[in-house]
Amino acid sequence: MTQTVQRLKLGKIGELVPRRDAPPKVQGEFAYASDLSAPGMLWGHTLRSPHAHAKILSIDTSAALTMPGVHAVLTHADVPGTKLYGLEFADQPVLAIDRVLYFGEPVAVVAAEHPEQARRAAESIVVEYEALDAVADMERALDGPDLHPEKPTHGHGYLDDPRPNVVRHIVIRHGDADAAGDVSISGYYEIGIQDQAFLGPESGLSVPDGEGGVDIYVATQWLHVDRAQVAPCLGLPEESVRIHLGGVGGAFGGREDLSIQIHSAMLALHTNRPVKMVYNREESFTGHVHRHPARIWCEHRATREGRLVNVRMRILLDGGAYASSSTAVASNAASFACGPYEVPNALIESTAVYTNNPPCGAMRGFGAVQTCFAAEAQMDKLAAELDIDPVELRLLNALAPGDVLPTGQPITGSLPIAELIREAAALEPPPAEELPRDPIRLPGGAGNTTNGEGVRRGVGFAIGFKNIGYSEGFDDYTAARVRLFADGSAEVDCAAAEVGQGVTGVMLQVARTELGTEDVRLAPSQTATVDSAGSASASRLTMMVSGAVRDACRAALAERDLHPGEDVDVERIYRHPRTTPLDPETGQITGDRAHVAFAACAMKVVVEVDVDLGLTRVVWIGAAQDVGKAVNPQQVEGQIEGGTAQGLGLALMEEIQTRDGRITNASFTDYLIPTALDMPPVDSVIIEDPDPNTPYGVKGVGEPPTVVSTAAIVAALRAATGRELTRVPVKPDDICL
Amino acid sequence: MRISVTVNGERVEADCWEGESLLFALREKLGFFGSKNACEQGECGSCSVLLDGTLVCSCLVLAAQADGHEVTTVEGLADGEDLHPVQQAFVDAGAVQCGFCTPGLVVATADLLRRNPRPNDDEIREALSGNLCRCTGYAKIFDAVRMAAGME
Repeated sequence: MTQTVQRLKLGKIGELVPRRDAPPKVQGEFAYASDLSAPGMLWGHTLRSPHAHAKILSIDTSAALTMPGVHAVLTHADVPGTKLYGLEFADQPVLAIDRVLYFGEPVAVVAAEHPEQARRAAESIVVEYEALDAVADMERALDGPDLHPEKPTHGHGYLDDPRPNVVRHIVIRHGDADAAGDVSISGYYEIGIQDQAFLGPESGLSVPDGEGGVDIYVATQWLHVDRAQVAPCLGLPEESVRIHLGGVGGAFGGREDLSIQIHSAMLALHTNRPVKMVYNREESFTGHVHRHPARIWCEHRATREGRLVNVRMRILLDGGAYASSSTAVASNAASFACGPYEVPNALIESTAVYTNNPPCGAMRGFGAVQTCFAAEAQMDKLAAELDIDPVELRLLNALAPGDVLPTGQPITGSLPIAELIREAAALEPPPAEELPRDPIRLPGGAGNTTNGEGVRRGVGFAIGFKNIGYSEGFDDYTAARVRLFADGSAEVDCAAAEVGQGVTGVMLQVARTELGTEDVRLAPSQTATVDSAGSASASRLTMMVSGAVRDACRAALAERDLHPGEDVDVERIYRHPRTTPLDPETGQITGDRAHVAFAACAMKVVVEVDVDLGLTRVVWIGAAQDVGKAVNPQQVEGQIEGGTAQGLGLALMEEIQTRDGRITNASFTDYLIPTALDMPPVDSVIIEDPDPNTPYGVKGVGEPPTVVSTAAIVAALRAATGRELTRVPVKPDDICL
Repeated sequence: MRISVTVNGERVEADCWEGESLLFALREKLGFFGSKNACEQGECGSCSVLLDGTLVCSCLVLAAQADGHEVTTVEGLADGEDLHPVQQAFVDAGAVQCGFCTPGLVVATADLLRRNPRPNDDEIREALSGNLCRCTGYAKIFDAVRMAAGME
């Protein structure tokens, strides 16, 4: 399984350069994790729970073991090491032990010579369940029964809430929480459960090394955190588990938790054969965590002139069956609840709960998407109440460097909120298109059955922001290793996961900038040769690899000056300015900062709604985004356009449907994501305001457009229909007048 | 059963189980991994190939149905070292991010431009609406189509 080190040429920071992985990808030559194979390879398959909540009374694998082509059928009894794992809290069984807590929870795994043999063998495993009532409602979860009475998230410095099923409860008290304004606006908002729906399903190949260890080639977001979870479950030291990045077909947060890693490695070690696992689309819907569905209660108090006086919000997030990253999502939702506004007083409560619904964790926007939808709807309601232009109201309250967040943290870096609002508001949408017209340009497209008599146009506006990098005292670092060779060439070795976002290009651009040579190679990303890069999440990798590769390049050049003519090999670790936890009682910062940097995006949207049919067409989107410094402008635009599309999906069509915790639409037939006919043109303005706290002033760019676009699109739908539209995705019934 | 298919101009044979799709046979039996398995139910277009010149989702075609027929996959578009104009345009326009949808979109675009060398924007959107992309928001894919058609 050797991968050739790729040699390529790229530009420096700030230049528009084509992706080095694009030529192999357009030719079908790029090896995704699902494309890997090895001699003697078996196929793995997972038997999953048909219940959202049940006791397991017995598991009988005897029939499956006699099926043709079957080499192994493994259950919890075969897990060689610790039986539980988890991204942040080890609360999830590798394979279900005596109970299942969600629909699709893995119960057994099979290895066979053909994938269909493995599927059929899994079907012949006899599992006797005693079905239990599912805790399927996030509010009623607080009444019990307690799904995790052992309280895995207690004792980690959070407010240890004794109520049943609380993963984390965080309260931010800022100023006078009872401060009154001249006007008060209340609202209640709901956000459905969204799927990352990356195109390349979970997949990977585990290869035993013949000495008890294993090499795992997998599509993941964070190689070293995978290893830290996999090794103890396999009962192996970390050095015996080598994780290699298989080609990744998108991630968006959904690959931060484990999928096939432990299962395929168990099967490989058990059979002493390479084992490949590839989920199909239906399985993928149960094979990764989702975006937390939320219920949000808000009250905004303001002066008659429109200055915010007090924001009070209660946020409830359904974390599903296991903790995953719910503690951080709850905190992020609270931190960014008010939006990028100066708020002198606030009372924010955010609670993530366990239920028997699908587990939720990281997805692009990470808690800020849900609250942006609520907070921006509130700002529009306030503007209407005060008869102030919504853009003017936002400018009046815009957060600026030096202002203080509700957590007490002053903004010390760049955050050009007012500029973003002005730039996005100034973008000129295309003129309204007259009727009659080609039906493909009507709401509903060619499926529209009218001539557009009921079409109404609406314009909406919103702004959203969130943090860049890990927060609340997490030791967030990225390692990079740089080798300089006597022939003048260089190699960068970093375990950062290229998930499609273009981080490999960033590393090469930084190395070229620092080394002054085009002759730079990238080593394949893996755990064995370099320390952790951290996760491809929180819009952090551009910032983090820029620092790590910069520092390693500079150290390598200094080393070469000391030893001219010799090969040089140095590794350096970059840490962003240190953050500290929030006070568990008050939600206030306990040091200089809880978040290291922020990025924002403002968006103006034009929609058309056929109010006779309840059909929608997003006509045009204008975006202004704060990027610090654009490392590669073409890739930045691509992130804005793609991030906007995912927010459009949440606004209009994307929701995992569940019944008593069971997913009922696990396919691309029933779970719709935006197509080429759904996406409007996106005019984007890139605002460069370098951040003094980050390398080269760069910020991550992936999440801000996703944070804001749902809110902006629904604002336009409200303008078109006059309806309040407090839940996403908006359904045809909601906008049929 | 044994099937014989002409893939990218070359006749190849494989032993297949009757239930296997053309996509599975191409990937796992014949080594053409370019066509991707994103939904395996004809919704996403990632496995798009030309079957006797007609654009199909290879996940919806049984391997047995392709016996004796001609298949063109994404691997068959480039002319030696030279990328197909559609492939080059996808690279230049920045239309590739994770790239999992890219092979299907490249094949679908090549098919569109063969049928309609200068499509308007509505025709581009309609023609590619069966190919899901989760990363790009499609804008740079549309740029690539116009670029490949010499319209940009």
